[in-house]
Amino acid sequence: MELNLNFIYGHLPYWLFIILMLSGLFIVVSRGNLIKKIVGLNIFQTSVFMFYISIGKMKGGTAPILLDKAANNSEVIYSNPLPHVLILTAIVVGIATTALGLALIIKIREEYNTVEEDDIQEMDEKDLKAYNKKNVLEING
Amino acid sequence: MMALTLNHLFAVIMLSGAFSLVSAMLFVVMDAVDVAFTEAAVGAGVSTVLMLATMALTVRIQKDTKKPILFPLIVVCLVGVLLIYGTLDMPNFGAFDSPAQLHLGSKYLSITYKDMGIPNVVTGILASYRGYDTLGETVVVLTAGLGVILLLSSLKGRKDKE
Repeated sequence: MELNLNFIYGHLPYWLFIILMLSGLFIVVSRGNLIKKIVGLNIFQTSVFMFYISIGKMKGGTAPILLDKAANNSEVIYSNPLPHVLILTAIVVGIATTALGLALIIKIREEYNTVEEDDIQEMDEKDLKAYNKKNVLEING
Repeated sequence: MMALTLNHLFAVIMLSGAFSLVSAMLFVVMDAVDVAFTEAAVGAGVSTVLMLATMALTVRIQKDTKKPILFPLIVVCLVGVLLIYGTLDMPNFGAFDSPAQLHLGSKYLSITYKDMGIPNVVTGILASYRGYDTLGETVVVLTAGLGVILLLSSLKGRKDKE
């Protein structure tokens, strides 16, 4: 594998999409606020889409909408339509899952009165301790 | 990146909407006009509205937490290195002879108009060759909608709270 300029130039778009994706991942992992996590997940998702679309791109190509109806005009280059179709489906499924996640956040806030991860964990641990103590008392008594 | 440091969720959500618009532009540059369309409508439009609604129902300001940052950073770097290692075997961006371009893509480009009479190949494939898949997608959306309704229907009304 030789690392010449052509190779680097040809792979730079992929690397940029990967860096974008990593920033999304970082937000998901490192931030405690649940809404921010969803935003990070969205960034992650969109950069995966970009990566996928970039595989179908052809240099000098145009959008896969036929210019002359007769098709098979070899002079026009069209980019690969298949990744576009896949990603179109994925975007819609993505918004569905995002909506579900946001609804869950509203529900969590209703139950815990917070949307911060560490607060929720703290409350859960407190609950668990109280529950265990009760159980121990019942067993002993 | 700014989404990391800002504490006002409104600004974070607006930035995410702007990011969606920019990514829609990138999709246009990469010849995926249909995808750009959907991203601009769904990503920048619907999801921003949904997030704003969630924010209005929950909190506006993020609590300032000092979470450890080192471990996430290590994980992210590891994933990044692995992914970039994975791209080393890939063909160049925009190459004509990449495996993705050689087989099905050109075939669909040549037969879609004959079969469907629709000049937009993406629409043709989505609605006919992948018709069942699109049907399944609507089922997914329906399920998600039902889930949202079920989750939110048990919410106490705002009047009860006050």
